[in-house]
Amino acid sequence: MRFVDEFRDADTARALAARIAALCEPGRRYAFMEVCGGHTHTIYKHGLEDHLPDAIRLVHGPGCPVCVLPMGRVDDAIAIAAQPDVIMTAFGDMMRVPGGDGSFFDAKAAGADIRMVYSPLDALKIARANPDRRVVFMAIGFETTAPSTAMTVLRAAREGIENFSIFCNHVTIIPAIKAILDSPDLRLDGFLGPGHVSTVIGCRPYEFIAARHGEPLVVAGFEPLDILQSVYQLMLQLAEGRCEVENQYSRVVPWDGNRRALEVIGEVMELRPYFEWRGLGFISHSAMQVREAYARYDAERLFAVPGVRVADPKACQCGEVLKGVLEPWQCKVFGTACTPETPIGTCMVSSEGACAAYYNFGRFSRERVRAGATGPTPLADPVMPR
Amino acid sequence: MTALDGEHAGGGTRSAGWAEDAVARHAGAEHLRSEEQVLERIERTRRRRPRVREDRITLAHGAGGKATHTLIEAVFLEAFRNPVLEALEDGAALDAGGARLAFTTDAFVVSPLFFPGGDIGDLAVNGTVNDLAMCGARPRHLSASFILEEGFPVADLQRIAASMARAAAAAGVEIVTGDTKVVRRGQADGCFVTTAGIGVRERPITLSAASARPGDAVIVSGPIGDHGITVMLARGELDIEADIVSDTAALHGVTADLLDAGGDGVRVLRDATRGGVATILNEIAGSSGVAVVVDEAAVPVRDEVVGASELLGIDPLYVACEGRLVAVVAPSRAGAVMAALHAHPLGAGAAVVGHVAEDPPGMVLLRTTFGGTRIVDLLVGDPLPRIC
Amino acid sequence: MCLGIPGELVEMPVDETDLALVSVAGVRRRVNVGLLTDEEDLAVGDWILIHVGFALAKIDEAEAQAALEMLHGLGPAYDQELADFTGSAVGREGL
Ligand code: SF4
Repeated sequence: MRFVDEFRDADTARALAARIAALCEPGRRYAFMEVCGGHTHTIYKHGLEDHLPDAIRLVHGPGCPVCVLPMGRVDDAIAIAAQPDVIMTAFGDMMRVPGGDGSFFDAKAAGADIRMVYSPLDALKIARANPDRRVVFMAIGFETTAPSTAMTVLRAAREGIENFSIFCNHVTIIPAIKAILDSPDLRLDGFLGPGHVSTVIGCRPYEFIAARHGEPLVVAGFEPLDILQSVYQLMLQLAEGRCEVENQYSRVVPWDGNRRALEVIGEVMELRPYFEWRGLGFISHSAMQVREAYARYDAERLFAVPGVRVADPKACQCGEVLKGVLEPWQCKVFGTACTPETPIGTCMVSSEGACAAYYNFGRFSRERVRAGATGPTPLADPVMPR
Repeated sequence: MTALDGEHAGGGTRSAGWAEDAVARHAGAEHLRSEEQVLERIERTRRRRPRVREDRITLAHGAGGKATHTLIEAVFLEAFRNPVLEALEDGAALDAGGARLAFTTDAFVVSPLFFPGGDIGDLAVNGTVNDLAMCGARPRHLSASFILEEGFPVADLQRIAASMARAAAAAGVEIVTGDTKVVRRGQADGCFVTTAGIGVRERPITLSAASARPGDAVIVSGPIGDHGITVMLARGELDIEADIVSDTAALHGVTADLLDAGGDGVRVLRDATRGGVATILNEIAGSSGVAVVVDEAAVPVRDEVVGASELLGIDPLYVACEGRLVAVVAPSRAGAVMAALHAHPLGAGAAVVGHVAEDPPGMVLLRTTFGGTRIVDLLVGDPLPRIC
Repeated sequence: MCLGIPGELVEMPVDETDLALVSVAGVRRRVNVGLLTDEEDLAVGDWILIHVGFALAKIDEAEAQAALEMLHGLGPAYDQELADFTGSAVGREGL
């Protein structure tokens, strides 16, 4: 695949890895946070850490919209889905996310009509096909996904589709990064910026991170070479004593973002005064809600929801893990009460979460995995090249 | 960051009962200080006898991953426990009245019933034929049961029966007994089919997922994921089009050639259905107490399957096949087996995708095209399309 | 956090729904291109980034090419440089 395969080349990775290693100051340790869960996914999927020297640690940040969704919001969505004439539609990611009383899958098993969609436009299509049902789209995601939701609402309005609404849980990334930067025990040397969010918001919103917090940030793409190159750029900045916002992902991210997408979000949505993030608590102006003008597409206004906050168990240490203060294994309930099958904390919810990724892929010491994976494969020649 | 109290949240605060229970159940566990200790404890927990935690069956229980395994072990194995079942192979190897038999059964529910490359009828015959073939048996007789929904078109049933007849003739088996039930509208999705089959194990070999040994070659018989992606796209919900058809096929012929070539060097045969190649390899690693090391670059996947998988954010290693087998073969016989596979139309795309290693036992490791290593674990349920 | 996949535009929208046909390794889907500004004047053969059924950005092929050249420039030629570098204690100090 073009723009994919060429950014997965092992030889280039090794060359880049050598450069990164050469930039490490003896005795110094480095911690970089990849804000975005998509980066975490790439890192584990491709075994990227094998190319990094031990001195560099990647900290997995809060950038997975389903993981940070508070349990109370899942309960509210399930309460809507349980109405007899409702079809709830959601991305596949949402299906296993636990609420106070279970997940969408559990609600579906108990009789709710919940359908997986690939795009909010698919939800609108379901609304068109089922005029006697009320179709609700469980809207989640950062600024990357919000324009698509907003466009879908605009389309519904243009077509006069009245049985469609969205349950808006869109969040914004900058306040979450601020919350992390404001944490007193933060120990980071720089950030990998979320590439796809940046296609929409551009690179300027990160400038305060470099200017005021003294942390370099490189907006990174999602192929493994993108991430490795971004780490290299961060290391170069540190070595050269620079602290800037750089854009590694310039093939996709314009410095000023996507104006049209921002306009569309602004047309349909506005900031909420505050919103709860699992693991980080309440953060002001960190989420979006539907504007008054589009009230008839706002499930929060159309349906009575319980609106009860569900507290995480006291033993959860997700906040510390999200901020990179604790490693997943250091949490008291990691691997005992909290596992991917019963994720009690946010970092275990999706496979992108720091704890789930560590549980699934990082459980074995890297040395042991690496050692196990050496050795020749008999007759190893791929018959069908990919 | 503005930290607000719970009272600002509107309707008050409560706790999640299930989460508090989970914490309470493990309350006694001491807090371990080292990473190694924590990892060891996790391994111990994972080895414990599984329990079904859910109150109700969810779709994940049918996906072939962890949830399915838990259900089978906690409910069925618990109730029916016997040495033959305990092996949890594709079929049961039995000795009855002096005959070496293989016996298996499979239930088929697929939506849509008709998809590019096949239909539920082909699947029902080929699936059971393949399970018998994977026991090293020659498939002989099949049974077929139908659960039909009130209102189901007779023409569709005739079409399904015709493709079953065709598939059975091609596989050299006869459907010799059967049953039909009709349920009220809404109580089934059109048509469900269950087949069972008997085969004769003519060869003096025993194949088992527990027989893999370090150094063995791991082979797949062709490009993976075709069936799962085809069916996912054929449902139409994703609005994705691709020129791709299900790989449903009877594998008894290619299996016979493979066994002729490999003899007792063939240790394990499995067809990579639900849960895909990754799930099968995990079963082999677990049963044999070995590591399976896979080379990502060597795994054959069609472009369209790669494209659809990237678009949906799923991993082809977990996508179902209906006409592909995984073979674990002693290194000395791997060349002969590969030659036999390549000489057969159903094995033309075969590839050695990896090898068996000693450590870490029970694990499947992937050497990525990027030059890294990662663990390929069982999924909890189906691979779900994701946006994150 | 947001899966975005590059796809090639194979058919422009035929009506005001903004739905263009896009191909990802031969797999085709209708994708809404309404979020791309008019200045970007899309054409068949362009590559776009797809997220949840919408095109978020047009891929800048020149930038992609430049990035790859930069990456490949780090290859063998650099190995020599690195060998010289690590071979000299001065070089190490120079960090
Ligand atoms: S183990 Fe569970 S509770 Fe602990 S930090 Fe990770 S996700 Fe949170």
